[in-house]
Amino acid sequence: MSMDTSFTNQKFKSVGTRPLRPDGIDKVTGRAKYGADANAPGQLIGRILRSPHPHARIRKIDASKAEKLPGVKAVVTAADMPDLTDGDKSMFDVLENCMARTTAFYDGHAVAAVAAIDAKTAREALKLIKIDYEILPHVTDVDEAMKPSAPVLHSKMFTEGVEPKPNKASNIAKRTEFGHGDVGAGFQEAEVVVSRSFKTEQTHQGYIEPHACLASVGPDGHGELWVCTQGHFVYRNQCAQLLGMDVSKLRVTASEIGGGFGGKTHVWCEPVALALSRKANRPVKLVMTREEVFRASGPTNATSIDVKIGARKDGTIVAAEATLRYSGGPYLGAWAELGAMTSFACYDLANVKTVGYEVVVNRPKTAAYRAPSAPMAAFAVESVVDELAHKLGMDPVEFRLKNAAREGTKSSYGPVYGPIGIGPTLEAAKNHPHMQAPLGKNQGRGMACGFWFNFGGQTCTDINIGIDGTVTVTVGTIDVGGSRASLTLIAAEELGVPYEQVKVVIGDTGTIGHNDMTDGSRGTFSSGMATVFAARNAIKILRERASKTWDIPLDDVVWEDGQAKAIGESHGNLAPMSLKEIAAAAGNTGGPIAGHNEIVADGAGVSFATHICDVEVDPETGKTNILRYTVIQDAGKAVHPTYVEGQYQGGAAQGIGWALNEEYIYGKDGRLQNAGFLDYRIPVCSDLPFIDTVILEIPNPNHPYGVRGVGETSIVPPLAAVGNAVSNAAGVRMTHVPMSPPRILKAIDGARTN
Amino acid sequence: MSVKVSTTINGDQIDFICEPDETLLDALRNRVGLTGAKEGCGTGDCGACSITIDGRLVCSCLALGVEAEGREIETVEGMADGDKLHPLQRKFIEHAALQCGICTPGFLIAARALLSRNPDPDEEEIRFGLAGNLCRCTGYDKIVRAVQDAAREMRGA
Amino acid sequence: MPSALIDLTPFHGPKEPAKIKHQGGMMQYEAPQTTQAAVALLAKAKGNAYVLAGGSDLLVRMKGGYIEPDLVVDIKRIKAMCQVKKTASGWTIGAAVSCAELGETKALIRDWPGVVEAANLIGSKQVQGRCTIVGNMCNAGPAADSVPAMVAAGAMAQIAGPKGKRSIPVELVAIGPGKTSLKKGELVEAIVLPKRPARSGDAYLRFIPRSEMDIAVVSCGVSLSLDAKGMVKDARVSLGAVAPTVLLVPDAARAIIGTSLDEAALEKLGRACSAACRPIDDKRGTIEFRTKVAAVLGKRAAKIAFGRAGGK
Repeated sequence: MSMDTSFTNQKFKSVGTRPLRPDGIDKVTGRAKYGADANAPGQLIGRILRSPHPHARIRKIDASKAEKLPGVKAVVTAADMPDLTDGDKSMFDVLENCMARTTAFYDGHAVAAVAAIDAKTAREALKLIKIDYEILPHVTDVDEAMKPSAPVLHSKMFTEGVEPKPNKASNIAKRTEFGHGDVGAGFQEAEVVVSRSFKTEQTHQGYIEPHACLASVGPDGHGELWVCTQGHFVYRNQCAQLLGMDVSKLRVTASEIGGGFGGKTHVWCEPVALALSRKANRPVKLVMTREEVFRASGPTNATSIDVKIGARKDGTIVAAEATLRYSGGPYLGAWAELGAMTSFACYDLANVKTVGYEVVVNRPKTAAYRAPSAPMAAFAVESVVDELAHKLGMDPVEFRLKNAAREGTKSSYGPVYGPIGIGPTLEAAKNHPHMQAPLGKNQGRGMACGFWFNFGGQTCTDINIGIDGTVTVTVGTIDVGGSRASLTLIAAEELGVPYEQVKVVIGDTGTIGHNDMTDGSRGTFSSGMATVFAARNAIKILRERASKTWDIPLDDVVWEDGQAKAIGESHGNLAPMSLKEIAAAAGNTGGPIAGHNEIVADGAGVSFATHICDVEVDPETGKTNILRYTVIQDAGKAVHPTYVEGQYQGGAAQGIGWALNEEYIYGKDGRLQNAGFLDYRIPVCSDLPFIDTVILEIPNPNHPYGVRGVGETSIVPPLAAVGNAVSNAAGVRMTHVPMSPPRILKAIDGARTN
Repeated sequence: MSVKVSTTINGDQIDFICEPDETLLDALRNRVGLTGAKEGCGTGDCGACSITIDGRLVCSCLALGVEAEGREIETVEGMADGDKLHPLQRKFIEHAALQCGICTPGFLIAARALLSRNPDPDEEEIRFGLAGNLCRCTGYDKIVRAVQDAAREMRGA
Repeated sequence: MPSALIDLTPFHGPKEPAKIKHQGGMMQYEAPQTTQAAVALLAKAKGNAYVLAGGSDLLVRMKGGYIEPDLVVDIKRIKAMCQVKKTASGWTIGAAVSCAELGETKALIRDWPGVVEAANLIGSKQVQGRCTIVGNMCNAGPAADSVPAMVAAGAMAQIAGPKGKRSIPVELVAIGPGKTSLKKGELVEAIVLPKRPARSGDAYLRFIPRSEMDIAVVSCGVSLSLDAKGMVKDARVSLGAVAPTVLLVPDAARAIIGTSLDEAALEKLGRACSAACRPIDDKRGTIEFRTKVAAVLGKRAAKIAFGRAGGK
C-alpha cells in the first residue's frame, strides 16, 4: 500500500460531521480517570521540598531527622538521581530541573523529596529536612539579566551563535538570526517608519489539573507510571534515561489529561516519583499542589521586543526588523528563535531581519505554551503594523492585505509558502459584519493576524477489527480536547462504517510504537494521517479475505461503503460482503484482521488566523471589558467542526487573559508573589462574551484530507488584537502586556498630561 | 485521632473515617472513593471540587470532612438518574461544552445549583453564576450555550 | 475572599506571615450546640483555637500550612447563630449565616442593599455558600468586601465571651491585618444592622481587574439618608484595601452632607477619599492607582446610594 500523503479532494461521508464525542459520558459522570484519580495497593504519598530562594548554592542537605520520622519510607535528593545523561546537555537540564544539584536556580526549585505512608507524614518530614543554603544574587527580569552587571547564572555559559565566541560568561545563552534582503537599504526607501519597544510578562498555561502521577518501580528494574501528560512515550524515554532504566521495562499509561497547552510536554515530578518508588520499593503517588504548579512547572517566557517597520506611502512595507529577547528560566531554550521565526511570517517582505536572544533568569524552566513564542512576537509586530496603517491613513485590514504573504512568498524564516490562508482570513475579516458594527463611547476595535507552523512528527497507529466487525483504533497521541472524536470520524470515513462502529483508545507505551506527544497542533493531523493509512492497510486485508472466500483475483475486489464488492462481469452475481461478515469468518480465512501504520507525518501545513476584538475601556479606572470577539482561522479541513471551534475559542480566551491580566509577579526578593488562581487571574466566565468563529478550509496539500493543525494558532493574534482595540479605545498606544488596569490608567493619564 | 462521620452521599447512607483537619474533598476522594470532584487549586478559586451540602453549592476543598456529619452531600456521581443523564450532562456532551473535562463535574454541579434557583437565567446571570468555575479549554462559549439549552429543556420551553 | 492569607501578606512586609504551629498533637474539632458551650471551649483552649464559621478563610490558611490549629470550634450547629432576624431596632445576622442566605433574604436587601451586595461579592457562588460576614470581618483582611459596607452602615458586632456580652462598632473589630480586638474566649455571635429610616440607601463598589473572583484592589461603601427635600442628611463613607484596616472617612461624608450630591460635592467627596488613602504598592495595584480609583469609586457609590434613597 502506497503512503501518498497528497491531498485528494475526496467527497466525505463522516469527516466534517459533528457526532457526540465517544468519551463524553465518562466525563460528565465523574467516571473518567485523571492523573490524581488512580491509586495502587500499598501506595505511599510523595512530596517535594522546594527552594524558597531564587538563587542559592546548596552547601549541605541533612535529611537524617526526616528519615527517622515514623512512616517515612524514602527520602530522595540529587544523590539518588545521579547524572546518567552522558553529555546530553538538554537532558541534563531536565534532570537538574527535576532535582537541584549544587545550585537552586529559582524559587520553587526541587531540592529533596520524601515518600511516606500518608500526606500528613510526608508534609511533616519535609519540615525536618535541613538545607544549608548560600544565598546568591539573583535576576528575574529579562532585560536586567542581559546587562553586564547582572549576576551570572552559569559560569560556563558563553553566548552561542556569536562570532567570535565570547570569552566572558553571560546570561545570554544564544543568538539566532533570520531574514533576507537588505534591511538597511529597505529603510532608506521608507517614507513612514514606526519603531517601538514592547514588553510581555510571563504567563502560565493554567491547566486546571495539577501534575499528578503514580509511579511503581520494582527491584527487578521493571516499572509502571500512570501520569497526566501530553506525551507518555516521551515521558517514558526521558524518565528511563534519567533513571537508568530500560525503555521497554518502563510502561507508561496516560491518564485522562486535565489540560496541558504545552505545559505537560516535559517531565517535572515524574522522575522524582519513580526515584522515590525505587528507593522505597513501593508505589508512590505524587500530586503537585496549585502553588507548586505555578512556582515549579513550566510557564512561558517574559519578553522584551523591539520592532521597526518602514513603508512607502502607497502602503508597501519596504523593510521590517525585530530584536527579540526571551527569558527561558535558568536554561537554554529555542524560544527567542521561534519568536524570531514567526514575527513576520504573515507578510511578504523584500527586506526583513529578526534577531533572537535566549536569556537565562532565576525563574522556572520555561515550557511550551500553545504556539510557543509566537503570541509575544505577534503582539509587538501587529501593534506596529496597526500604528503604521494609522500613520499611512490606511484601513488596517487593507494595509495587511496589501502586504500579506501568499503562495510562492519566501517566508521571513526561510521556506517558500504553498497555498496559505492569511489572505483569505483577512478577506473574511473585511467582509465580516463585526467589522462594520457601530462602536460607542470609550469603545475601540482592534484586529490582528497570527501564524503558527504546526508539526507532524513520529506517529504509530493500529486498527484491529473485532469478531463482530466493530473497530478498535489504538493511537499513541493523547486526547487533550476531543481528538478521539476526530480520529473516530477518520477511521469511519476510510472503512466506510458508521461512527458508532469505531472505538478509539489511547494505547499505553507497551501497546504500540513510539508516538511524539500531542503538541505542535499535531494530534489530529498526525494520528489522523496514520489512521488513514492503517485503515487502508486493514482494507487491503479485508479485500484479500473476500477474494479468498470468493476465490477471485484480489484486483477484482474493491472496498466501498464498508463492504467488499466484486467488480467485473464474470462476478456479477456475487453479493457484496460486509465488514461484519468478513470479520465473523476471519478465523477460517487467515486469522485476525488488523491494519497498522507508522509514519513521520511530514507536511503539517502552516496556519494563519485573523482576529477582531471590540473593547470598552473605563477611562477613570483603566478597566477593559471585552465586548465582542471574532476568530477567523484556516483549518485546512475541519474533521469535527465543533471541536475546531472549541480550539479557536479556547485559544482566544487564553490570549485575552494574557493580554489583560495574567502575569507572574516576582518580588524584589525573587519570590513569586501570585502562585495561585486568586492572583494569577485567568479569565472567568463573566469576563468573556461569546466568541464567534469562522472556519476557513484551504486544504493542506500534504494531507490526504487537507487537514492542518488547528490547536495553537488561535492564541497568536489575541494579545495584539486586544492591544490594538485597547489602544484605539483609550487613545494611547499600549506596549506592555498584560494591559492591566493600573498600566492602562497610567498610560491614559500620561497621555492627558502630555 | 480519626473521627467517624455518618452522612448521606447521593442518597446513600455512608460512614467514613477521617482526620479532623481533612477536607471534605479529600474525604470524598480518598475515603469514600468518589473522585468526580477534582482538586484544581485547594483554595476555593477554581470550583473543580464543587458539590452541594444540604442543597447549597460549596467548594468541598473549603469544608472539613467532619462537617459532613448528618448532612446531605451531592456530587457529580449522583447527578444521573440511573442510565438517564441529567439534562445538563446531556447538553454538555451535545454542545461540546467540555474539552479536557477536568472542570466539567464542577460546572455541572454549579449549573444545576444555578438552575434550581433561577430556572430561566439570561446570559449574564449564567456567566456570573458560573464565575466560580474555571475552564481553561473552552473559553466558556459552549458551556454557556449548553446551560442555556438545558435550562430551556428543563423548563419545558 | 478565599485566600485570606495571601490577602494579608503585603501588609506584613516582605517576610512570610508568621506560622502558627501546633502546641502538639492532633487538631481537635468541636461543634457545640450553644453559644455558651462555644465560649467555654474557646476560653479553656490550650494552644491555638479558631472559630469555624464558613471556613473559606480558615481552611485556606490551614491547607497552606500557615496555621496549625489545636482546636477548631464549628459554630454552624448553634441555632441562634444560623438566623437572620428583623427586630424592632434593625437586623440581627447570626455569625454562621452564609452570604448566599443573605442574598436570598429579600427584606434585608430592601433595607441594606449595599451590605448584601458586598456579601455577595465575596469569592464565588461556592464560597458564598459557606462564607459569612462575621468571618469576613474577623479574618481582618484590609480588602474584605463586606466590611466597608458594614462600616458605612454603622453595623455593630455583638460579642460573647467569658465575661458576658458586649457590642462594638464593626470598624473597631480589626486592628491590623489578621488581628482583631477580640479577647481570649470571645467570639462574635452576630452583626446588628440599625433600623433604616425612610429615604435611605447604601451601596458598595470595589475595583477588581476581572469581573469576579478577585480581591478588591480598592473598595468603597457609602450609606446615606435624605431629608424631606432630598438633601443628604446623614452619611457614612468607608474605604477598603487602602490602609491596614478598613477606614471610616468622616471627611468624605461631610463633603456630601447638606448637599443634593451635586458635582462639586461629589468632587469634594472624591478628594476626601483619595486624601484618606494610606495604601501600599503590591501585586494587586499601586499606591497611585488605589488613591485615584478610591475617588472614582467613592463618587460612583455615593450616586448609587443616593439613587436608592430616592434622591434626584
